[in-house]
Amino acid sequence: MHIGRDIVRIDGHAKVTGAARYVDDVRPDDCLYAATVRSTIAHGRIVSIDQDPAFDWSDVTLATAKDVPGENVVALMTDDQPVLADGVVRHVAEPVALVAAPTRDKALAAVRHVRVTYAPLDPLFDPEASEGSATRIFGEDNVFSRITIDHGDARGALAAGGTVIEGTYRVGLQEQLYIEPQGMIAIPRADGGMTLFGSMQCPYYIVKALTRVLGHDKLNVVQAATGGGFGGKEEYPSMVAAHAATLAVKTGKPVKLIYRRDEDLRATTKRHPAIMHYRTAVDPDTGKLLAADIRLLFDGGAYNTLSPVVLSRGVIHAMGPYACPNVRVEGRMVATHTPPNGAFRGFGAPQVMFAAERHMDRIARTLGRDPLELRRINLYRDGDVTPTGQRLHDVGGAEVVERAMAACEAPLPPSMHGTRPGGGGSAGRRAPGRGVAIAWHGCGFTGNGEAALKGKADVALEGDRVVVYTASTDIGQGTDTIFPSIVADVLGIDVERVRNADHDTGLVPDSGPTVASRTAMVVGQVVKRGAEKLLDALRAEVGGGPDDSFDALRAKRKTDAPLRVQSQYEDQGAIWDATTYQGEAYPTYGWSCVVVDLDVDLDTGEVLYRRLVQATDVGKALNPVLCSGQLEGGALQGLGYATCEEVVLDDQHGMINNRLTNYIIPTSLDAPEMVTELVEIPFEFGPFGAKGIGEIPHDVPAAAVAQAIEAAAGVVLDVLPMTPERVMTALEAKGPGRDA
Amino acid sequence: MLTTSQSPVYVAHSLDEALTLRAAHPEAMPLAGGTDVMVFIEAGAIDPPGFIDLWAARDMAGVADADGGLWIGALTTYTDLERDDRVVKAAPALVEAARTVGAKQIQNRGTLGGNIANASPAGDTLPVLMALDAEVEVASKARGARRIPIDTLYTGYRKLAVAPDELITRVFLPTPHPADVQHFRKVGTRLAQAISKVVFGARVRLEGGKVTDARVAFGSVAATPVRCPKVEAALVGRAPDPAAAGHLLDDIAPIDDVRSTADYRRTVAVRTLRSFISSLA
Repeated sequence: MHIGRDIVRIDGHAKVTGAARYVDDVRPDDCLYAATVRSTIAHGRIVSIDQDPAFDWSDVTLATAKDVPGENVVALMTDDQPVLADGVVRHVAEPVALVAAPTRDKALAAVRHVRVTYAPLDPLFDPEASEGSATRIFGEDNVFSRITIDHGDARGALAAGGTVIEGTYRVGLQEQLYIEPQGMIAIPRADGGMTLFGSMQCPYYIVKALTRVLGHDKLNVVQAATGGGFGGKEEYPSMVAAHAATLAVKTGKPVKLIYRRDEDLRATTKRHPAIMHYRTAVDPDTGKLLAADIRLLFDGGAYNTLSPVVLSRGVIHAMGPYACPNVRVEGRMVATHTPPNGAFRGFGAPQVMFAAERHMDRIARTLGRDPLELRRINLYRDGDVTPTGQRLHDVGGAEVVERAMAACEAPLPPSMHGTRPGGGGSAGRRAPGRGVAIAWHGCGFTGNGEAALKGKADVALEGDRVVVYTASTDIGQGTDTIFPSIVADVLGIDVERVRNADHDTGLVPDSGPTVASRTAMVVGQVVKRGAEKLLDALRAEVGGGPDDSFDALRAKRKTDAPLRVQSQYEDQGAIWDATTYQGEAYPTYGWSCVVVDLDVDLDTGEVLYRRLVQATDVGKALNPVLCSGQLEGGALQGLGYATCEEVVLDDQHGMINNRLTNYIIPTSLDAPEMVTELVEIPFEFGPFGAKGIGEIPHDVPAAAVAQAIEAAAGVVLDVLPMTPERVMTALEAKGPGRDA
Repeated sequence: MLTTSQSPVYVAHSLDEALTLRAAHPEAMPLAGGTDVMVFIEAGAIDPPGFIDLWAARDMAGVADADGGLWIGALTTYTDLERDDRVVKAAPALVEAARTVGAKQIQNRGTLGGNIANASPAGDTLPVLMALDAEVEVASKARGARRIPIDTLYTGYRKLAVAPDELITRVFLPTPHPADVQHFRKVGTRLAQAISKVVFGARVRLEGGKVTDARVAFGSVAATPVRCPKVEAALVGRAPDPAAAGHLLDDIAPIDDVRSTADYRRTVAVRTLRSFISSLA
């Protein structure tokens, strides 16, 4: 058996030894190098695009909007985003033109000699001023999408009594910071088609987008070894592919386009900022939530991308994992002249769960109750009904809290007081604090998404080996190990004999995108069914008995021909109404409790992490070390979101700290001791009971940190990130008091 | 925005060769560990017409005991400093600073002379060198060597009082007084790979409960690393008094930039200095 064991990553050896081929490791014969001319202003008309006559253009190809072979659109949810700006730019760093040259240096030099003249227009940056502004960015009113959930009678109940508590919470941009920047190679094929090879999460998104850009569907998309995605390689690679393909069509040669880190940070999608207003009524005697009226405003940036889906998940998760009989949530996603925001681990949930958890802290503070006790009083139990009217079962909330609190009994690791290089020895003044926060996270697509998509997987016997064909990419999370482990256990063979096929759309069916905590749970189950179907097909072919092993059946075959079966998602009959946002929002939910212990440096406002305990309901840990790795990496990304990751914008809303020296993510030295408790409450439709775990670890570390800072230093921060500057401002405002 | 330089590289195998090359190519940029220069080239910030690669001039590296102190070669790396017992004993604050520069790879490659020559206001060793009364030796083929007290070396933002034909050759650290307390503090939001938002070095002589000599220097709070004479004067002649930290605002002039704010730098500089002085009492 392989499931439940720490099978060594199948892709690990190649990655550790450097044998794995990332897109920039590949150079087809005759390959040209591309670079992108980007808008220097947030909003304006393009007056002209000229080539500097003093530059040697003899071996350089320039492409503008008119060179896009098919439609000038990056097809996703709506058709608002062009491949290359045509006549108008709507955000800084928007692609305006492309160059291809024999060397990368020549391409980069050529970019500097393309002269774009703009007639600047007034930019709109404030999301609160966006709806209905005379400055039009999207549609009739600048609203990308608007979602309301109405459950019970929130406003009536708020007027009826209880203690009414109100708060506003703000979160900023966050960069995914995959270790490998965006990159793609477009290779014209002899048959007139095109191959796209690159760094990506979702090969079929690129098929869909490029079919429009090229005006034909003679194309295949192949995932290269990919250095992380976190959502940042969900939709954006369609743009990179469209650019490489446009130049490949114009030159007739393979074209490689690799982003520089500074360019990637300045141009590509980030986590949506949000302003979230909560108004709740609570019974002051019991601490029970009576009603909530929540208003969410998300900044989508200049184009729609996947923003409506981000808003959807935000709205559904806005109440946090707490039962409340009367809930109204109004969410708006609006346009601004900021580079478009997009998919990022958690997809709207980390934003709202920071707000929901900080609001619970506000209620506890107001009522004079312990924040954890207040949470326990309101935490979902079996049979409770969510704001979408979904009745919950197999709720893991209480269990993850108990497991996390039990793990906290162990003594803390020593304080870093005085041990930090450059930390000033015994002169540093530190205050310790602990914070607890609880997350729920819907696994897989919302509502009928999976039933509509019908994700497919093929499983094939080829010789004595078995090959799994899916479009589910391994972006570091372990798909290329998990799927073979599932198949090996169904067939009763060693995992050494099972491999995922290359994620090449010429070979694999559409399994859906690699997103939404769905790959192991949803596609994994399709793969498991595929393996079962393969066994059935083999048994039928050779007339074997029910007790014959896979290899015994195989030995009876009269042919060496591959035997390949296809399996697809089986509808679980979810009832969901996308117009009222009522019904079964998700097939199941993950549950997690995070406890952060930290020290606040009272002289600098810096936060030093000591320990992060998380107890998370994973359904079934298919591979415990990979599972824990996802949870711990996600939690560290959540700590970065909490205290140090800040996107600093210039007056055109371009990122100016677009370097790894200045966009501060935690290093291994900043990481706390991680204690990870895997709680297994099985999901009946997941493979071996597995639930999705990719996103939940990012949801509430920031809220736990905010509570811990409050406990340590007596300052309340309702904004992310809680940079040392913000903590210090709060400490100073508090006056000399306890920390002087 | 070129990512590579096409300019010639002149390789020096000794200090003498380095000075000869420097005289012949005063426009060329001296290159030691390259930990700053490479970043500038990649960012398109500089494109010098040539380089003098000093890495092979091994006589410019290493520590020597002489003249009542330590001579540290310009090519001595941060890792060399951390591992040299004489430096650890005489200049613990300098070692502490070296341990906070970049990450291990940078410490293996980056040099003390390079940190001085790069002249960043955020250079982590610079306030420590000021606190330790370091002198920087520069030399030219034509005129030989001269010594410059480090607190007069910087004449403006990234400007040094070094002639185009001169190279930084070594640094002199006088032997510390037995009653000296050294201190280093760096504030950079994370524990490695951090560029300082505020950094300071201090050396305070405590005799009979009183401060008899004091050096305090800060980085990242002005166009150059700065000595803080007002704070020093307020410290000397009495028991360590945390209130002396209040004079810091007369000695520094921080700005808002991409990494932090002037307000934060002022507040944190005063608070960290006050904590250090309190720890002496």
